[in-house]
Amino acid sequence: MPKVVLTGNYTVALAAKMARVEIVAAYPITPQTGIVEKLAEYIDKGELDAIMIRVESEHSALAAAFGAAVAGARAFTATSSHGLLYMHEWVHWVSRARIPVVMAIVTRTIGTPWNIWSSYEDFFGQRDTGWILGFAMDNQEVFDMTVQAFKISEDPRVYLPVLIGLDAFTLSHTTMPVDTPEQEELDKWLGPRRQGYVIDGSEPLALGNLAWPEDSEEFFMDLQRGMEEAKKVIREVDESYGKAFGRRYGGLIHRYHCENAKYHVISMGAWSGDLMEAIDILREEGYPVGLIRMRFIRPFPDKEMYEILNGSKGVIVFDRAISFGSLGPLYLDVAANLTKYTRKLPYMRNIVAGIGGVNVTHKDFYELVKATIDDLEKGVEPPVFTWHHRR
Amino acid sequence: MARPIPPLPRDMRNTVLPGHAACHGCPITIGLKVVGAAFGNKVILVIPACCTSVVVGAWPGNAFNGSIVHVAFASAAAVASGIAEGLQKRGIKDVQVIAWAGDGGTADIGMASLSGAAERNNDFIYIMYDNEAYMNTGIQRSSATPPGAWTTTTPLGKLEPKKDVARIMIAHGVPYVATASIGYPHDFYAKLKKAARIRGFKFIYLHAPCPTGWRFDPAHTVKIAKLAVETGLVALYEYYDGRIHLSGPSRPYLDKSKRKSIEEYLKLQGRFKGIRDEDIKVIEKYVDDMWEWIKKHI
Repeated sequence: MPKVVLTGNYTVALAAKMARVEIVAAYPITPQTGIVEKLAEYIDKGELDAIMIRVESEHSALAAAFGAAVAGARAFTATSSHGLLYMHEWVHWVSRARIPVVMAIVTRTIGTPWNIWSSYEDFFGQRDTGWILGFAMDNQEVFDMTVQAFKISEDPRVYLPVLIGLDAFTLSHTTMPVDTPEQEELDKWLGPRRQGYVIDGSEPLALGNLAWPEDSEEFFMDLQRGMEEAKKVIREVDESYGKAFGRRYGGLIHRYHCENAKYHVISMGAWSGDLMEAIDILREEGYPVGLIRMRFIRPFPDKEMYEILNGSKGVIVFDRAISFGSLGPLYLDVAANLTKYTRKLPYMRNIVAGIGGVNVTHKDFYELVKATIDDLEKGVEPPVFTWHHRR
Repeated sequence: MARPIPPLPRDMRNTVLPGHAACHGCPITIGLKVVGAAFGNKVILVIPACCTSVVVGAWPGNAFNGSIVHVAFASAAAVASGIAEGLQKRGIKDVQVIAWAGDGGTADIGMASLSGAAERNNDFIYIMYDNEAYMNTGIQRSSATPPGAWTTTTPLGKLEPKKDVARIMIAHGVPYVATASIGYPHDFYAKLKKAARIRGFKFIYLHAPCPTGWRFDPAHTVKIAKLAVETGLVALYEYYDGRIHLSGPSRPYLDKSKRKSIEEYLKLQGRFKGIRDEDIKVIEKYVDDMWEWIKKHI
């Protein structure tokens, strides 16, 4: 397998190219620009046989990608932060139309004040849109998850759009070695474009005509079923990708030292790498702690989560976003989904940190996790919610 | 002598099917029939929020004998761009993509995506059917509402002039811009046919008098549409090769003396009931200025 050294942005572009996207519709925004620039370069140099629609806004970017997808083309877009908020209306529209589309989101803090660094409010803002929401930890996973996204999105059991998150700068502008498959092997694994319907004039077809309440509700119930199916499909795709190219991640979640763990930490995104370092040290010191790294939050890995956390002595959820007036969105999801399986929740702590792109190091994680476990061992429960802020 | 009138296919009646939800005297069904006459069912309409979103009927029915993609309000031109490029990528050439939007979805909320598609010269026809207000939401003013007109958000009459979108599109330098009226289906048909032969972005303005919103007898939709042309308020033309080509129905009205009185047009419509003399003067000036501009570019 050819090994390349790429930034996260160029990794996304390469993955989209190798997935043989046919239409790219995108609008530039820091820190996503590298994706658009690289794809434009691939297309102009003839290295990628695709059409680029250089739209005038993000709202139009997803609208145009949707149009291309409906007409039967494999379509791709990418954005970030304010761009994602501007296209939010379309994010809903695309999933409700059950049309496969893949989009990369370079997570960036939402203004005001202006801020270009990573936190996840933009990503979590898409929580209820009906998209499958994945999040990568490093550039290798950015590549793998992007090509997998097409396979998941175009699975007849799913037919839902997929969004892949990656951190601003920590991944988007940082070069890392990335293993890439041979094009032929990837073509064989991914297969040609599949979609539930196509509007290309071959027969009259109407998409989106006014529907009465009961009909509309049935469409949305079917979308929920598609999400349930997607859990299976994501696991299968992880497995078949692993078989073909040698990398498996564990499906919807990535388990790190979860075996024999009595305490559990939950996180998502690039800082999970720092958390792993902290876990390594804590394990060496004898702390029985493991990490659940979220690869997908929609569909939510409820069953996996319960199976791991059932009997846990303490859970810490690190959130890089805040639902103002409440708690971190990941914590809310974890807690709520556990109630589907049990009425006895373990002690759960929510630490919100890294907002606005504040750097959180492995040392911070080490101290926070260690202090929590030490307190719990002494019979002291730290407050459920902490906003960790350090200058 | 005007060119011979092109024939309209007899099966154009099969375009808008029973079960549509249009008001009595609605101009939209007239316009859609002409679209059907020009393209049969080899057409994909991209429809943002507007009266037509309702007119084509409720799921699982479809009262338009062709393909439809309903889209969010501001995005008809963007989705049509995507469909056109997607079809091109797949080598499909026998299907006409048409963005079919009202004046609100074009002149107001859709202006940015329209301008973007025009500047990119994406290959489809954009039709703005102009019923001169937000009719689907219950007659609120748009930037294409004429001055003096009553709407529910301008209860004393609109103060601002009408936005001339065709001229804005000409300024984009696109290969083809035309104005048409549902009162002249042959002219509209010929323009659709011509637009379909041109590659790139085509814009057609379609004047569409609305009996419900303009407060006139639904029997008079075509009569009012024709009066708008005969008074010179609406000029039917094509713009290509850098100049205006005045269309047959409007040619006599280059001569101001041939134009009927604007008041004849206004008095048939309840929305102009309380119009002030100064508003009529604003409308007359708008008409004079437009014709001066036409003369300069002919």
